[in-house]
Amino acid sequence: MKKFFLLILLAAALPVRAELRVFACEPEWAALVMELGGDKVNAWSATHALQDPHRIEARPSLIARARNAQLVVCTGAELEAGWLPAVLRESGNAGVQPGRPGHFEAAALVARLEIPLKLDRAEGDVHASGNPHIHLDPHNLLAVAAPLAKRMGELDAANAAHYAERQRAFVEKLRAAIARWEKEAAPLRGMRVVAQHRSFSYLFRWLGLVEAGTLEPKPGIEPGSAHLAQLVTQAKARQAKLIVRTPFDSPRPGEWLAERTGMPLATLPFTVGGSERAQDLFGLFDDTLAKLKATP
Amino acid sequence: MFRIALLAVAAALALPAAAGDEDLKALREEVAQMKKSYEQRIEALEQRLAAAGAPKEQSQPAQDGSARAGAAGGFNPEVSLILQGQYRRMQDVPERAISGYWPAGGHDHGGDERGFSVDSSELIVSANISPYFRGMLNVALKDGEAEVEEAWFQTLGLGQGFTLKGGRFLSGIGYLNEQHPHAWDFADAPLMSKALFGEHYGQDGLQLKWVAPTDLFMEFGAEIGRGQNFPGTDRNQNGVGATSLFAHVGGDVGRSHAWRAGLSWLATRAKDREAHFEDTDAAGPNEVEGLFTGRSRTWIADFVWKWAPEGNPGYRNLKLQAELFRRTEDGDLACASGVATSPCAGSPALGKLNARQSGGYAQAVWQFMPHWRLGYRYDWLGSGSKHYVPATVFAALDPANAYFARYRPQRHTLMADWSLDEFSRLRLQFARDKSMQGVSDNQVALQYIMSLGAHGAHKF
Repeated sequence: MKKFFLLILLAAALPVRAELRVFACEPEWAALVMELGGDKVNAWSATHALQDPHRIEARPSLIARARNAQLVVCTGAELEAGWLPAVLRESGNAGVQPGRPGHFEAAALVARLEIPLKLDRAEGDVHASGNPHIHLDPHNLLAVAAPLAKRMGELDAANAAHYAERQRAFVEKLRAAIARWEKEAAPLRGMRVVAQHRSFSYLFRWLGLVEAGTLEPKPGIEPGSAHLAQLVTQAKARQAKLIVRTPFDSPRPGEWLAERTGMPLATLPFTVGGSERAQDLFGLFDDTLAKLKATP
Repeated sequence: MFRIALLAVAAALALPAAAGDEDLKALREEVAQMKKSYEQRIEALEQRLAAAGAPKEQSQPAQDGSARAGAAGGFNPEVSLILQGQYRRMQDVPERAISGYWPAGGHDHGGDERGFSVDSSELIVSANISPYFRGMLNVALKDGEAEVEEAWFQTLGLGQGFTLKGGRFLSGIGYLNEQHPHAWDFADAPLMSKALFGEHYGQDGLQLKWVAPTDLFMEFGAEIGRGQNFPGTDRNQNGVGATSLFAHVGGDVGRSHAWRAGLSWLATRAKDREAHFEDTDAAGPNEVEGLFTGRSRTWIADFVWKWAPEGNPGYRNLKLQAELFRRTEDGDLACASGVATSPCAGSPALGKLNARQSGGYAQAVWQFMPHWRLGYRYDWLGSGSKHYVPATVFAALDPANAYFARYRPQRHTLMADWSLDEFSRLRLQFARDKSMQGVSDNQVALQYIMSLGAHGAHKF
């Protein structure tokens, strides 16, 4: 028994890898940290693209990872309210608790859409701070990149210049890409789209797409048959052209509607890792645009 | 861009009148369309400029949700209320006690009443006290009583993986012990929890936990407390009344599986711990108090395995859970009665009592489609071995008492529950309860659990 504890103490005392250890709540933030940090960071994503970030269990593996993290990068805006608080409290890691320098929330840095006027559970799973799925407007990534690089530099002063340099390069590259994407997506402007959950509001706003309804009757409430039936007429009346879903939404409600209306159903990658091509943030938007443009 | 549109308009207006009316009309239309399209684009650009330039005014105040507290002094606790009630159909057994086990008595959340009843409502208030501490209060409300289930502070800033909790809290031993009834997968607690602690074991004291800095989850905890709850008793002393130690290990297997295993130990002492017995009074049996004084040691092993395809529990998931225990009690038995003819009058000592008992439960809960779950639980307890001098004990106490029974309590429980959303749950449960010797009780329970307000993250 004594030997065992000694071993553990030894493990604790061992110099951990020199990289900045980052616990990202979602793959898009892990990808952004990688863009900003390169080989100076070790970014680990708590969720992957096939997981619904609302509904995650505070698993032991997450607590162990949060225990060793120097920086936690999350969306905030209550997206992770169902699991992150438990993970952080159980981790015993003082540096990454809310309010500490090691705790970074991206949604607080951008203008959020759909901030509810009324907070009532009767309206479904509404977030007081607005729609948290901010990353699908690349302008939001621009807004997050600078403060994030600054924070990484504060926590890892030795590499602050490195992060600042990479941030400048990333912003330049992203700006160029945005110009390209906006040109490519210009013909999509005004297209009416039905989404499963309000996962794509920022993307729609960025590209000028119009949401013609959601499969969920209310945020976080599973699609029911009555609502879907009504959506058939609504989608036709509003001349919706496409149904979009994330890789983690159940395909069935979308397929049902597609069958009834003849609209195609597209699975957009939603985040990094959500499709073959979406291996980084640039691939994410390339693939998203390609899938939207593939609509007849 | 706007200038281009204006130029185009000017050019259109300045065209020589010689052009045909048809041409002019077409040209005007084209220009009008151009103008419209440019206006739309300018508007979009302006919107974006406003969004990029002024995010602070738009939504910055909503950061962390804390700004909404306004003038109330920044106290913005998470408040939640849990309403629970049930309809229960079961046999009328006057004093329900698990055969072969010292009745844990006291604490329970209801659910032992026949017909319609309201379980205790839980009121939970929690908040960060400062950047360094968090506090929580959990009160169970029932008719005429408000019982403080938990009232503790917890450190947030100790660092190095350490967390200190102080106050009244549910002990970290085992798996189910820390969960409140609303988080249970069945309408009642396992027989094991009832036999060991009445329902769950709470400490008034301190808990120190440490998470190891490894990728495999390893957590070690130690608690010291007053130890006033069963199997201990309040002993009015300066020292520590109960000590517990626990270790948990856990991790993932692939993307779809997660597990946790643990081993826990609880040591406490009892002084004159009471239970109802009947005596051997020749004038007719009297109800007397059996009294146990001695030490109690409990070991618990727990194991949980959860499966959720691709780590998404929302649609389908499976949870396997089992706990085993072994309890050793060594001490002295006595009895007490106020009836003059009773052999227990004058509180005679009845010699040594040593008991070793073990048991456990295993359960599986399967969510086979959104909203719907099915569960099965098997409870078993061994009568174990009890050592005492029968001649001394049975001179005073009736050997037919349930405590002396050599019996293996068992129960099969089947449940189905339906949660339209994450804040409500309706449950139907059937149980064949053979925890009392000679009684085969077929029980039906229909239960509701409703969560109002902030509902904090549940632990694994």
